Amino acid sequence: MTLAAETPAPARAAPPLGAVAVVAALALAPLAFDAAGAGFWIVVLSRGLVYAVAAMALQLVLGRGGLVCFGFAAFLVIGAYAVGIPYHHRVEEGLVVLPLAMAAAALFALATGAIALRTRGVYFIMITLAFGQMVYYALTALSTYGGDDGMTLWGRSQVAGFDLFRDRRAFYWLCLGAAAGTWALVRAVSRSHFGRVLEGARQNEARMAALGFDVFRVRLIAYALSGALGGLAGALLANHAEFVSPAYGSWHVSGELIVMVVLGGFASVTGAGFGAILLAVLEEVLSRLTSHWKILLGLGVVGVALLARDGLAGALARWRGR
Amino acid sequence: MSATLLAVQALNGLQLGLVLFLIAAGLTLVFGVMDFINLAHGVQYMVGAYLAVVFYGLTAHFGLALLLALVAALVFGLAMEALVYRHLYGRSHLDQVLATFGIILILTEGAKAVFGPAPLSLPRPEALSGAIPLMDGFGYPVWRLVIIGAGLGVAALLYGLVQHTRMGMQVRAGATDAEMIGALGVDIRRLFMGVFGFGAMLAGFAGVMAAPVFAVEPTMGDGLLIMAFVVIVIGGIGSIRGAFLAAVIVGLVDTLGRSFSTDVARMFLAPAAANDVGPAVASMLVYVLMAGVLFWRPQGLFPARAG
Repeated sequence: MTLAAETPAPARAAPPLGAVAVVAALALAPLAFDAAGAGFWIVVLSRGLVYAVAAMALQLVLGRGGLVCFGFAAFLVIGAYAVGIPYHHRVEEGLVVLPLAMAAAALFALATGAIALRTRGVYFIMITLAFGQMVYYALTALSTYGGDDGMTLWGRSQVAGFDLFRDRRAFYWLCLGAAAGTWALVRAVSRSHFGRVLEGARQNEARMAALGFDVFRVRLIAYALSGALGGLAGALLANHAEFVSPAYGSWHVSGELIVMVVLGGFASVTGAGFGAILLAVLEEVLSRLTSHWKILLGLGVVGVALLARDGLAGALARWRGR
Repeated sequence: MSATLLAVQALNGLQLGLVLFLIAAGLTLVFGVMDFINLAHGVQYMVGAYLAVVFYGLTAHFGLALLLALVAALVFGLAMEALVYRHLYGRSHLDQVLATFGIILILTEGAKAVFGPAPLSLPRPEALSGAIPLMDGFGYPVWRLVIIGAGLGVAALLYGLVQHTRMGMQVRAGATDAEMIGALGVDIRRLFMGVFGFGAMLAGFAGVMAAPVFAVEPTMGDGLLIMAFVVIVIGGIGSIRGAFLAAVIVGLVDTLGRSFSTDVARMFLAPAAANDVGPAVASMLVYVLMAGVLFWRPQGLFPARAG
């Protein structure tokens, strides 16, 4: 794909001062929680940030590309096992397993995307689901690595041999860094020429093809990038829980990731990130109210789908517009 | 693998296929006619099974419980249509996936709250609880044969309804182009409601029939829902004939794959590895089948939609 030189530079939005403030506030949050004796919330927020990485990665293909991927959990679980399997063989070096997780998930995305992207609409939903299920069942059969039950990791990945992330605050900051990096990357890609071609293909595929763009290739690259970030999220998830299991690859997880993206307003990468954090916090709060909190969550999900078509970001925009 | 074992497993596969067909029939029609992707269809199967357990507890009569459960499943399906699904026709697939995913969360957790997470059971009717002796003192349960018979009966009934009645003609036309038949004066809303209610009742029927064989538990519809989607995608969305053929194929492939894959794997691999690889490959077989069909025939085996 050649970039046309005369492509107008994407309109620069206001300098991301707001983003810097949000990241700074999130970075200080653990200190506040510890001071308030509510250190447990650091763990909850870490999980939210990990899912935010996954949701923002999914937003690139789902929101920008219009490709409803119902097998995203496969990238997550591949990333998790890219941490778990080396760990089983006493390789605990984060500088090895994190890139490995991203590469493995990206390769899987390339291979399956090459097939899935030939289909359209609901068939795409179903074929990505099928690939997700294949990974799920393949992992349940790995009896060396725990099979159905998964395996416990007795620690977190290290950095150059140092056990940096034992401390929950340090690990929280790692997750925050990953989420902020993912946000900046997906946002930059979405606003680039490449992102506009992707968006154009969502709105009118035939027209983009007629303009000479290789829609299939653009989508495949976006899918692979999204997969790599999904692998990163999976690697973080394995470290967060210190546990790896095929359950990370269940189709329920794929569904929940879609909920996060749509909850945030599916056209906005920022919304996807906050949708994920909101859902993590919501699950925690609701599960304290009642053991049947999933009923409340389900009611919320149905409500968002029926009423708030553009999610949190849309509600926020309307509120600002008043 | 003896001939008897092969025959038993083929019957089991046929039985799974026909249960899948009962679920997939409603799914493919709802999908084909209304372009509505209903993830919550598997929950309808679960609801049918629980309804049967409840009514059996009240009446202590299987036939009566079946009848009441069918009526209740129909009413339940129509109520869900009026409350939620009706507002999602014509919306994006994404909204539909989201809303029906929410319904799954609510109803699955609701069933857990009302009936508890432990599996319940539904006894088979007295007269049909025996077994037919096969070779070497090996019996085949009559009830599984009843499921096969009921599935075939429903398939024939559906074929008659869809091919030879006015409503069936409208359904077929709707699967090809719903907007056009609306323009021709067919009351689409009533047609949609009818199709939806009927599909929900069929899924409920599948739940009642399967309840004596499988455990009745809140998540019983999950696995079958995914399999039913595989069936309708392989068969071609909107096609009853495609759903029937694909359901039988998927049922046989899955069941025979699970029974014989380890033996097959042992021909090529060490026993320990084969014990790992066999079951994994068996669980993946139907998805590989679906990916293959989509690769070579992206519209499925019997596409119903025009264009």
